[in-house]
Amino acid sequence: MKTLNFEDLTQLRKKAHAELNVRELSYAATSEESCGLAVGTEHIQLLCCGGTGCKASNSAKIVDNLKAAIEAEGIADKVDVIVTGCFGFCEKGPIVKVMPDNTFYTQVKPEDAEEIVKEHVIGGRKVERLLYVDPKTQHTVSDSKHMDFYRKQLRVALRNCGFIDPENIEEYIARDGYAALANALQNQTPEEVIEVIKQSGLRGRGGAGFPTGMKWGFARNYQAENKYVVCNADEGDPGAFMDRSIMEGDPHSVLEAMAICAYCIGANKGLIYIRAEYPLAVHRLRIAIEQAREYGLIGKCVLGSDFNFDVEIRYGAGAFVCGEETALIHSMEGKRGEPTLKPPFPAESGYNGYPTNVNNVETLANVPIILTKGAEWFASIGTEKSKGTKVFALAGKINNVGLIEVPMGTTLREIIYDIGGGVKNGKKFKAVQTGGPSGGCLTEKHLDIPIDYDSLTAAGSMMGSGGMIVMDEDDCMVSVAKFYLEFTVSESCGKCTPCRIGNKRLLEILTRITEGKGTMEDLDTLKTLAATIKDTALCGLGQTSPNPVLSTIDNFYDEYVEHVKQHKCRSKQCKALLTYSINPEKCKGCGACKRGCPADAILGDLRKPHVINPFKCIRCGMCQSRCHFDAIVVI
Amino acid sequence: MAKEMKLACNVVEQVEAICDKFGNKPGELINVLHEAQNLHGYLPEEMQRIIARKLGIPASRVYGVVTFYSFFTMTPKGRHPISVCLGTACYVRGSEKLLEEIKRTLNIEVGQTTPDGKFSLDCLRCVGACGLAPVVTIGDRVYGRLQPKDIKTILDEVED
Repeated sequence: MKTLNFEDLTQLRKKAHAELNVRELSYAATSEESCGLAVGTEHIQLLCCGGTGCKASNSAKIVDNLKAAIEAEGIADKVDVIVTGCFGFCEKGPIVKVMPDNTFYTQVKPEDAEEIVKEHVIGGRKVERLLYVDPKTQHTVSDSKHMDFYRKQLRVALRNCGFIDPENIEEYIARDGYAALANALQNQTPEEVIEVIKQSGLRGRGGAGFPTGMKWGFARNYQAENKYVVCNADEGDPGAFMDRSIMEGDPHSVLEAMAICAYCIGANKGLIYIRAEYPLAVHRLRIAIEQAREYGLIGKCVLGSDFNFDVEIRYGAGAFVCGEETALIHSMEGKRGEPTLKPPFPAESGYNGYPTNVNNVETLANVPIILTKGAEWFASIGTEKSKGTKVFALAGKINNVGLIEVPMGTTLREIIYDIGGGVKNGKKFKAVQTGGPSGGCLTEKHLDIPIDYDSLTAAGSMMGSGGMIVMDEDDCMVSVAKFYLEFTVSESCGKCTPCRIGNKRLLEILTRITEGKGTMEDLDTLKTLAATIKDTALCGLGQTSPNPVLSTIDNFYDEYVEHVKQHKCRSKQCKALLTYSINPEKCKGCGACKRGCPADAILGDLRKPHVINPFKCIRCGMCQSRCHFDAIVVI
Repeated sequence: MAKEMKLACNVVEQVEAICDKFGNKPGELINVLHEAQNLHGYLPEEMQRIIARKLGIPASRVYGVVTFYSFFTMTPKGRHPISVCLGTACYVRGSEKLLEEIKRTLNIEVGQTTPDGKFSLDCLRCVGACGLAPVVTIGDRVYGRLQPKDIKTILDEVED
């Protein structure tokens, strides 16, 4: 492949677009239609999810089996198998999609591959048992656009995930990839591009929500011999995996945006700081960088212009604090990832002392499409102060776990009940945690707030990176606060005292409360200490770390008081407050609990009701999981 | 602390070669450590001293970086390292119970290795397979939707 110039890129796009036509047309498909070689379809494509989640469920083997079956039938010239990025519906993975009729097969197993090829690809009959069943109507739905999970979604940052082959640059180019970069280099000044980003209202998707265009403007204003563009791919927030999915499913959108940013601020070097825990994302990024270099889309004289830009990958090594931009920069310099006081901001003095612009993956993924579709289009989505869409990782006690993207301003109720399908096992909704360790727990009364950066902050939580964990009546909110504090304490870098010592004290108090040793005074101490940490900690990690404690005290004060005064945990999570006993009327004396008890705490003769010695019982719950007669009582 | 075994000559040479590959620049310390740990499985004190000498920085700085990041380890791992995900999604779906069951079954604590060197136990925060929560990884393999009673079966399945 020779390096492209502007004209070559346009030509290549036309050619590549024709290749992608099978898939583009599939959006028009209705659920009744079925494709197949027997019913006259000329070309069929099978898309198979190759994201981390589906790979863990053996999707690579599905791909192998599909290819083998196609080979065996001698139809390889008419059928393609394409490994894509994440479709988002992880609960139902692995997913195989048939194009052009847009059939969405769920929970596919390697042994189903042959049937899909014989029945559907050749015979033109859908494999009914692999179709999604709508839990409300109990009817099968074959087409993803008619599923509740997808209906309210608007995929902007995830536009190519689950649609293109991330290891094939031409599929990205077919989707208007690198068009924004080409247009900027050819027709726009850096100031003009920055103005478009400002007009669009795009704000940083990594947590704080700083306006992106303004950030670029600052970096542009500093003069220096070197400048850097950094992509923050250190997604450390547990339960959030949108950045990983974008890098795995659409790595070129990140590269293109970095090149555009470099053109705007006057940099010629880009660095991607990525977690070492994401091997697949690293692999796909490496391929993307090589292909972009080969096509002349990064490197010297991009697209034949006089703009030079190259990208390197830097690895993180497992430190949550490195998501903070100054800490991230120190880590890239080969040092401990400790944050430093701002100012000076990285825009003035960042990597090796040079002006540096740091953007998060999801923010960058929005940039190319804003430039191709225009600032007005982007600004028409969302709320007054938060434009565009946001990707959320929906997890926890919810029916449809997965990655979703909705316009800003969508309510929590729509996300949890319409898209997420409600709480798992018909349990009662208790809380939803947003923003990870920096965020807070929202309750029933917050369900109808249109969510954006400002409304979440006003409600005592925050947008954060977009993790959304649903909790039900079985989750103890004091334990949840303690869980987050344990995380913060182990991830605190130790540089500033409020975070290092203050959080440790918070954790000790919470531990006391969960053990039934707390006092009412402790509850006041939690509040004042939390406020002090928020006001005095050095970086974003420390300043937000008390949020889970404060929001649970505000919203679930009764539960705290119950732990303290009555030594009771209503969700039966705090072990020290539980008593296990055996209901003699239900117990058949089978001895299963006795054999399973690791503490020898259960006494009793065969076929006679057993009893638990409370002094020996370690409250592990093993007896409960072993009992076939529901005879174990926990209070 | 027990005296560490001396590194074999070829390991020393390989570590020095890694430093050379990165131009012996102090700024490349984390990349050097990643490769060295890949090579040897862990980063014993002696290896840190070699790296410090090659990069022209104090051994304390290397040690500071090694101990700062959870990815780096100074103790050898088992042949089949087990990691229990304690990310929020896995936590609310019961990963703590899995961890306790593994500890009890193997009779080791987090950070330890079984006496036969087969398994070592660690925790991690999110592999991004939240749809399969709760999740345990053994080596490269991810096991999802586990319950405590499944632990014995999956551990028995692992062969050397």
